[in-house]
Amino acid sequence: MEALLSPFAYAFFIKGLGVATLAGGLCGLIGVYITLRGMSYIGHGLSHAIFGGFAASSIININYYLGAGVWGLASALAINKVTRSWRIGADAAIGVITTSSFALGVALLSHYGDKGPAFDAALFGSLIGVSAADVWALASITTFTVAVIFLNYRALLFATFDPEVADVSGVRVARTDALLMLVLSLAILATLTVIGVTLVAATLVIPAVVARMLTHRFSRMLWLSTVIGAGCGFVGMNLSYHLDVPSGTMIVLTGALTFTVVLSLTGGRGLARTVRVDSHTNAAPVVVSTS
Amino acid sequence: MNLERITMDYLVRIEGATFGYDASPVLEDVTLAVGPRAFIGVVGPSGSGKTSLLRLLIGTAVPQRGTVTRRPDVAVAYVPQLETVNWNFPVTVAECVLMARTGRTLPWPTRHERAEVSRVLDRLGIGALAERHIRELSGGQQQRMFIARALLRRPQLLLMDEPTTGVDITSRHDMLHLLGELNAEGVAILLTTHDLNGVAAHLPQLVALNRTVLAVGSARDVINGPVLERTFGAPMEVLEHLGMPVVLDRYDTADHRASA
Repeated sequence: MEALLSPFAYAFFIKGLGVATLAGGLCGLIGVYITLRGMSYIGHGLSHAIFGGFAASSIININYYLGAGVWGLASALAINKVTRSWRIGADAAIGVITTSSFALGVALLSHYGDKGPAFDAALFGSLIGVSAADVWALASITTFTVAVIFLNYRALLFATFDPEVADVSGVRVARTDALLMLVLSLAILATLTVIGVTLVAATLVIPAVVARMLTHRFSRMLWLSTVIGAGCGFVGMNLSYHLDVPSGTMIVLTGALTFTVVLSLTGGRGLARTVRVDSHTNAAPVVVSTS
Repeated sequence: MNLERITMDYLVRIEGATFGYDASPVLEDVTLAVGPRAFIGVVGPSGSGKTSLLRLLIGTAVPQRGTVTRRPDVAVAYVPQLETVNWNFPVTVAECVLMARTGRTLPWPTRHERAEVSRVLDRLGIGALAERHIRELSGGQQQRMFIARALLRRPQLLLMDEPTTGVDITSRHDMLHLLGELNAEGVAILLTTHDLNGVAAHLPQLVALNRTVLAVGSARDVINGPVLERTFGAPMEVLEHLGMPVVLDRYDTADHRASA
């Protein structure tokens, strides 16, 4: 017990534990919408795209949130442009643009920067370098996200379940989708250095899938996924300290273990609930006049 | 049916509309009006543009040519095809119906909204299923759940895409009775259907559609050999039974005899 509590003597660990728990909960909360909309790949792609901005901002020494945020936004716009203008599928556009951005980030850091601890932290997550500004940024983004979801609960749920009928029923679907993309981008920005580029997508998906195995009520899935995400962050951070393994890695492995345990407890029933969980409605997208 | 007459008093009107998802149009020069208290069935083969016509009416699609005019104050509700829905989505029947509530942004429903949902579900005979997951319902019950969600908006115009596909005969009869009641209460209804004998023949007004409107009128005006052959591209024999048209598939019958 003494060994388990020993890291709590260090201020950096307590700060890191709070950040990991908050980041896990934030990703778990947003992950419900991302998973149910079949947008997991966008989460994965955006984190890779933002890595390019992380590299560029660290080399030219500008604020990470500004540099990576602008880079991520530019990538999202480029994906949208390529998908619409060149009639390339969104998944292919994400694959091309975001991995190119990631590769550019690696090249920039290799050539001009210091491919040292910061590089590893961005890839796999670390809490060593978490500053007070990072904590405030994460807390602010979490508060903003909770407020967005609280105030747009019906719109987000309806637009996720059936965008076409939601549109007819007075939901401003395009605005709702844009709001969700904004929240997702901000969440990835805030959690990137804690969880890591390569692992952010897992923290979005695993808690939501585990929560889906446990309930068929949307409202319950929402808070269950948040709690599971936060729990994985808390436990993963502790394991990270004791096993001396990057924090993001242990947070994701804790999630994977939770998934396995819940799967074995719920059996076929839990697995059946996750079948086509990411299958968005087959309704055709809302069509805009071309005249 | 006199199109000129009904266009004078309409909830939604399409005039000379052409629409397509790509270069070739799905709908061409379509003119149609839905008046208050109308009960219209749109019949046509797969790919004839029935769902696109509904999208023009609800406003999620905009024609490349022509106009769609909705009366400004009209409340429209839409019931989609069951096949387009992800039935594994984590919502209960009550949660699904509550999606249609308006004017309140907080996540939880008010006592009044809960009572309203119970009342609508009870009316549709699925009140006991409110806490069930949507996948646990039969096809007919799933359709009634969507009608309940539509009714929560107190619509003046209810648009339904293939509401009887995948439901058994009893559910289909119940559905037609329910829609008849709603129509008698003043709700205008327009639905699409493949089912000429089970659904279309029972409706007061029909539209035959295949890229464009081929015929408009009563069941007798539309369910007859020449109109059906133009609409479906195959000869069909129509008999009359108890004053209603009954369609026989002549091509299949002949084909079957030939192979026997």
